[in-house]
Amino acid sequence: MQHVWQVLMQAITPSDAQSHAAIKLTGVTAGYGKHIVFRDLSLEIASGQFIGIVGPTACGKTTLLKIILGVQPAITGTVRLHNHCVGSAKPGTVGYVPQLGSVDWTFPVTVEEVIMMGLYTNGRYWPWLSKTEKISIHAMADRLGVYDCLHQHIVNISGGQRQRTFLARALINRPKLLILDEPTSGVDIKTQHEVLHLLGDINREGITILLTTHDLNAVASHLPWVICFNRGMIAQGRPNDIFTNEILTQTYGGDIVIVKHEGHLLIANSTPLNFMDDTK
Amino acid sequence: MEFLLEPFAYDFFMRGLLAAVMVGALCGAVGVYVVLRGMSYVGHGLSHAAIGGAIIGITFNLDFYAGALIMGLLAALAINQITKNSHIKLDAAIGIVTTAIFALGVAIVSKLRNFKQNFEAALFGNILGITDQDLMMIAGVTVITLITMFFCYRTLLFSTFDHEAARIFGVKTNTVEFLFSLLLTLSVIVSLNVVGVTMVAATLIAPAITARMLTDSFSRMIVLAILFGSVTGIVGMYLSYIFNVASGTTIVLFSTLVFSLTLMAHLLRRQ
Repeated sequence: MQHVWQVLMQAITPSDAQSHAAIKLTGVTAGYGKHIVFRDLSLEIASGQFIGIVGPTACGKTTLLKIILGVQPAITGTVRLHNHCVGSAKPGTVGYVPQLGSVDWTFPVTVEEVIMMGLYTNGRYWPWLSKTEKISIHAMADRLGVYDCLHQHIVNISGGQRQRTFLARALINRPKLLILDEPTSGVDIKTQHEVLHLLGDINREGITILLTTHDLNAVASHLPWVICFNRGMIAQGRPNDIFTNEILTQTYGGDIVIVKHEGHLLIANSTPLNFMDDTK
Repeated sequence: MEFLLEPFAYDFFMRGLLAAVMVGALCGAVGVYVVLRGMSYVGHGLSHAAIGGAIIGITFNLDFYAGALIMGLLAALAINQITKNSHIKLDAAIGIVTTAIFALGVAIVSKLRNFKQNFEAALFGNILGITDQDLMMIAGVTVITLITMFFCYRTLLFSTFDHEAARIFGVKTNTVEFLFSLLLTLSVIVSLNVVGVTMVAATLIAPAITARMLTDSFSRMIVLAILFGSVTGIVGMYLSYIFNVASGTTIVLFSTLVFSLTLMAHLLRRQ
């Protein structure tokens, strides 16, 4: 009788699989040696969400990404991706786009060769591309607008095309989760806008997206959900709800000015620069 | 004309030529990864560790190659672990680990005054004294290395270009690192008798950097580096016979000449 009850309870209680948590961190403490970056962090990101993590430099955003990606082990706690322990998930289920600043642009690779790296999990050992792989790369390049520069060296393409090339590498395996480390840094405002729009389109196809950024204005106008982070989670919610003076001051430790104009948020540092006084 | 074809009549020259072509191709291919991983100094260091290891090995009645391989591989793994687990940079780790092993070898030679083994060939290269055993070793390592690099092309490329992303995408980067360290150590060791401890670094680097200036594609860079390595091996050997100069030095000098000309053409084209 007890067994029947347990089965019944399991059927009506939402499990991880049923609640479709793309990322689930439970009591995670992370750090480097004796230096603890954050303690006892619990976080659940549902499948299909599009989330941005914001916070000041050295607040632990990159460490959090590394923990989620399995590059750095947690000191305590558990990390699960789509109900699998991090590291035991099938290769290719997580797509990753590194910070453009960390890429060696002098490395001799063409756009096509970069996208091909994403096909590593195919288990094909021949150095050259198969017909199917070529079709798949060309289709992805066409979709992301880098088809015309497939045979160009990565340093000879624009900032936006560079971002799209690495996005193509991350998406070529059709991952369920896409993680991007500061995709808006090092590109102009127009490219930022294009990249975030493109990510929005990708998210609408059902891919969960998690990114870190320093650009609060871009987040406020493009992302549906934000996590304010500073050595732990300060707040999470819709940008309009959590981008308040109190939360941002708590996150960044300084006075922040928030202007609301026709439903849009404009966020800036409240301390004016000295040179503005010199013009008087 | 007869003068030009004369060296081909000699068995030692043909053996040396074959060794030079294989070592050129081998170092060309491995050198691409060495250069792109920012490990240009590692060939120089590993050759010193290998010669130190060979001396230590002979002291313990081991074969020249066995001692060199054990200590060369230990040095490569120690360098890898030191750089990974501390703030010590690659060049400093290479400097301390490989020089220490070399110093140990020198200490043994100094202590055992009656040491019979002649290490001059390994120090400066003696391509004309290549034995059948040396030739077999070079051929074996070249075939194994090129086959491994062919079938591990995608993993090697990914982990060399973006180590962290490769790990995230599921590449077993630690296995790749070990495999590369093993192939590099083997390549350096079999090149010792051909070009010598003092010249191995240039044999690894010159074809790769020459190829880099001619292409922006990784696959083409490997093919070109193998080609440059082999051709400089052949021409260097030939020049050595004509000018009666040690063959290791002519190979390195000729590859440096090819590099210099390519660099000049590259700079002129950019202007």
